[in-house]
Amino acid sequence: MNLVVTPGWYMTLAAVLFALGALGILIRRNALVMFMCIELMLNAVNLTFVAAGRALGSLDGQLAVFFVLVVAAAEVVVGLAIIVAIFRRRQSASVDELSELAG
Amino acid sequence: MVELIVFVLMGGATLAGAITVIKARNPVYAAIGLLGTLFAVAVLYVVQLAHFVAAVQVIVYAGAVLTLFLFVIMLIGVDKEEDQSETIPHQRRLAAALGLVAIGIAAVLVARGQFAWVPIAAGPADPQATNGTVQALAEPMFTDWVLAFEATALLLTIAAAGTIALASFRRPRADTRAERAGR
Repeated sequence: MNLVVTPGWYMTLAAVLFALGALGILIRRNALVMFMCIELMLNAVNLTFVAAGRALGSLDGQLAVFFVLVVAAAEVVVGLAIIVAIFRRRQSASVDELSELAG
Repeated sequence: MVELIVFVLMGGATLAGAITVIKARNPVYAAIGLLGTLFAVAVLYVVQLAHFVAAVQVIVYAGAVLTLFLFVIMLIGVDKEEDQSETIPHQRRLAAALGLVAIGIAAVLVARGQFAWVPIAAGPADPQATNGTVQALAEPMFTDWVLAFEATALLLTIAAAGTIALASFRRPRADTRAERAGR
């Protein structure tokens, strides 16, 4: 038996990982855990980039992953600062309690 | 054959970690699940010869980002149980159905050949062409992608400045004193 792991396998795995991350966003209330689900989705996209780059014989996929990593790091820093600032005011990290903009 | 074994093991670890993230009641467990996913994805990068990306994944994600997450979890307390009631009726089931529909649409698009320009069914084009060593990545990064590189540098600076502005938010002194006197 000689099964070759094609890039399609990685992309399928990435699609399932992305769906799990989106599911987490939809069902969780804790802002921190929702943030972790965003990280899951970013990782799924990165995996797709690397697999597609390998399939097309180009290094650009890996470079795109590098930039996604940098942007994700900046996003996490700012996002967690916002969560901490909200928590200082409201003593809660649940997004259900942040609904006063909803009229 | 080696790649198949690694793919099955690490793919399973990736999905198990992701399920832990969305299922765990305690945010600390969710963070540890995320750690598992990040490491497994890093191994999948190594199998695909993306060495430098894998190293950055472990250092930046598993190192810096996850530590930051754990810090914030400790800072804002983990003792509060998350409210598990559903505000929207059947929220969980609807979300799961939505996810399955999305995967189904993707499967149909791939099966109909919408992504035929990506040779996903064949093996890798030329494994050595995408050997992601530091040297191989640095060359395009500092020539073709140099503008994007500088833009991310600017982004990081802005993010750091913004975080300091957010974190150093204090109420005016007089306010706090009046409150203390009121008590």
